[in-house]
Amino acid sequence: MKREKPKLVSEDGVRHDGRRLDELRPVKMEVGVLSNASGSAYVEFGKTRVIAAVYGPREPPQRYMVLPHRAVLRCRYHMAPFSTDERKNPAPSRREIEISKVIREALEPVVMSEAFPRTSIDVFIEVISADGGTRTAALNAASLALADAGVPMRDLVAAVAVGKVDGYLVLDIDQVEDNYGEADMPVAMAPSLNMVTLLQLNGVLSPQEFSQALNLALKGVNEVYKLQKETLRNKYLVRVE
Amino acid sequence: MSVTPTSPDSIIPRLKAETLSSLTKKGVRADGRGLEDFREVKIITNYLPKADGSALVKLGDTQVLVGVKIELGSPYPDTPEEGVLVVSAEFVPTASPAFEPGPPDENAIELARVIDRVLREYGVIDTSKLAIIPGRKAWVVWIDIYVLDHGGNLIDASAIATLAALLTTRIPKYTVSENELIQVDKSSFSGPLPVVRKAVTVTIGKLGDSLIVDPTIEEEKVVSSKLIVGVGEDGSIAGLQKSGDGYLTLQEVEKAIQLALKKGGELLAKIAESVKSPEATSAGSAGTPSVEGEKPPESNA
Amino acid sequence: MGAQTEQRVERVLVTPGDKLAEGDYKILTPTTAYRVGTSYYSSIVGLLELNPQEKSLKVIPLKGSYYPRVGDVVIGIVSDVGLTNWELDIRAPFPGILYAVDYLGRAINPSKENLKDFLDVGDVIVGKVEVFDRTRNPVISTKGKEFGKVVDGALVEISPVKIPRLIGKKGSMQSLIESETNCKLIIGNNGRVLVLCEDKRYEEIVVRAIRKIDVEAHISGLTDRVKEFILVEKVKRGLVGNEERKA
Repeated sequence: MKREKPKLVSEDGVRHDGRRLDELRPVKMEVGVLSNASGSAYVEFGKTRVIAAVYGPREPPQRYMVLPHRAVLRCRYHMAPFSTDERKNPAPSRREIEISKVIREALEPVVMSEAFPRTSIDVFIEVISADGGTRTAALNAASLALADAGVPMRDLVAAVAVGKVDGYLVLDIDQVEDNYGEADMPVAMAPSLNMVTLLQLNGVLSPQEFSQALNLALKGVNEVYKLQKETLRNKYLVRVE
Repeated sequence: MSVTPTSPDSIIPRLKAETLSSLTKKGVRADGRGLEDFREVKIITNYLPKADGSALVKLGDTQVLVGVKIELGSPYPDTPEEGVLVVSAEFVPTASPAFEPGPPDENAIELARVIDRVLREYGVIDTSKLAIIPGRKAWVVWIDIYVLDHGGNLIDASAIATLAALLTTRIPKYTVSENELIQVDKSSFSGPLPVVRKAVTVTIGKLGDSLIVDPTIEEEKVVSSKLIVGVGEDGSIAGLQKSGDGYLTLQEVEKAIQLALKKGGELLAKIAESVKSPEATSAGSAGTPSVEGEKPPESNA
Repeated sequence: MGAQTEQRVERVLVTPGDKLAEGDYKILTPTTAYRVGTSYYSSIVGLLELNPQEKSLKVIPLKGSYYPRVGDVVIGIVSDVGLTNWELDIRAPFPGILYAVDYLGRAINPSKENLKDFLDVGDVIVGKVEVFDRTRNPVISTKGKEFGKVVDGALVEISPVKIPRLIGKKGSMQSLIESETNCKLIIGNNGRVLVLCEDKRYEEIVVRAIRKIDVEAHISGLTDRVKEFILVEKVKRGLVGNEERKA
């Protein structure tokens, strides 16, 4: 599925956009960006931009869709029609359905849903600009939005994707690297608790490459985690005259 | 939108959960298997008379039927010299009280996409051999996974059936006339589908603190999360998918992958063994399935 | 005025997953912190109050929605009228239930009496959460003279987690506002406050003071700032007559 394949990594380990192999794209994170949601966040990784909103814990629209001992998590990952190179049909695709599932499953182990029986905690993520790594950016935003809403969680979830491009293992792949690369591996963790909550691999890696890729992902996850914590703190560390 | 499952089928009595948990701590399972043992796999190829390739797989109580149809279509614009691969899965309502009629839900979609990625990324089918008129006409390989009975571990059963079906799929005979009209003659075949590498999936479940292979439907209710590993015949990792509401530690991830690669190799050998070569067509009208002396599945009590 | 000076407690801002302490502590605020082995972690964004002498820890949330607890005072708005009870919007994931027999103090005959005649949609009620066992909706009681239907006053909504700050230690913040403005506050744990002022001109001042507390609850020195704020607002409105301005 490849056209004329561009060279994406030079011999001295410099990527097509000037980054080193283990460097994240420029990251921007902000919480409390929406007025109606219980919690919200805006996250940028390079040209990938997402907004996440959390509503709840609240009564779900269908009163029967509850569990007696815990809250139900409802999670929607959706791409806006103008987010991609070619306009994307707004109807949910199979890809969006799968990603909604893996994102929900990445949040379930950390959200303390037992604290709110018979309610629904809704997480809505919109990708407004897609340039690779949308599901990891989405998960990072969802995690921040939940914290911003005051939903108790055992830890934040931090995510990043590792790729294999021109034979090199690289951190935080963008769209070009994803399209022409040999492997794309998104990883999400609750770092303080050594919990891997999302792990996918699209591509082929030898067992040795996998171990290296996992280490590289861990480095990226820890960097993202730090940024998330800073973002949450910055909201409240305000001086008052 | 993905929602935490609320159906009563997902609730297992605590007593049962504790029993399964304590058994695995001792290294055994309810059906007597070891933690790393697969159930017995039965593979029947050429099961469907109207498909170009097919296989029925029985893995314990799980039964999955895969039908492959090769149809004329157009190549994707950015790969004009390659055929097209489409993988879909249906969890039919016959298979379980939990399956409702309707379009594939997130579980069926996930299953289809995971298997699609493994086949595609590992290059199981040489799609470059499936172009007919570059840029205009190519073969489309439609792989339809039909889950008939849910006894646990649908993904591995589906992956086994898919590979077995592909290995016995034949491309219909066709002729191209001067004005590029293509005539397909389904009553005979031009050759086998170019399957050049083999891959399968192995699902490792985390039950309590133990890792188990090939969970049954009862075990799946207690398993907190699974790691689905795509295993290539050369020992590569051809895909990964963590699935389920739980988590794995970094160490469990590494351990699960090692275990999966080992079991995957065993599965691939078993599949190769039980597949008959598609060249050995039966006499008379080709297209008659050569069932290996097996009757259709009996209804399970 | 003799308002209690605020204790300058060292409060540390924590985020989910932050380790709070090691050892054997008592968590005073369940769901905002949890324990794994001998380590304690925060589960929210909040302010940590660690008391090493009493071996207790508390995390004060900076944001959160209202989840009912038995004994809470709530200000509810009637959202539905039934045959023998009303449903109240109490800003929780579930509606509150007010039984007619509780509100009226007597049994009623649904075929002869219409509950609409007593309380209708939109009416404001102050009550107490009497029963909430998580298997059904919280039951609200209006028995007691401080409870019942509200007919006057301004209704303010703030974040439920800021209510303790509005009340203050031993009611100090509430007393401060009430005494400086001659108004009465009815404070619901569900994030609703009723402001009742004899002199309506003070009502707006109180409402703005409450909103200020909502925004600045986590910043120390709040009591002094609120006191100053009320004074400035009174001066602006010409309500400080011949009173001397206190330094």
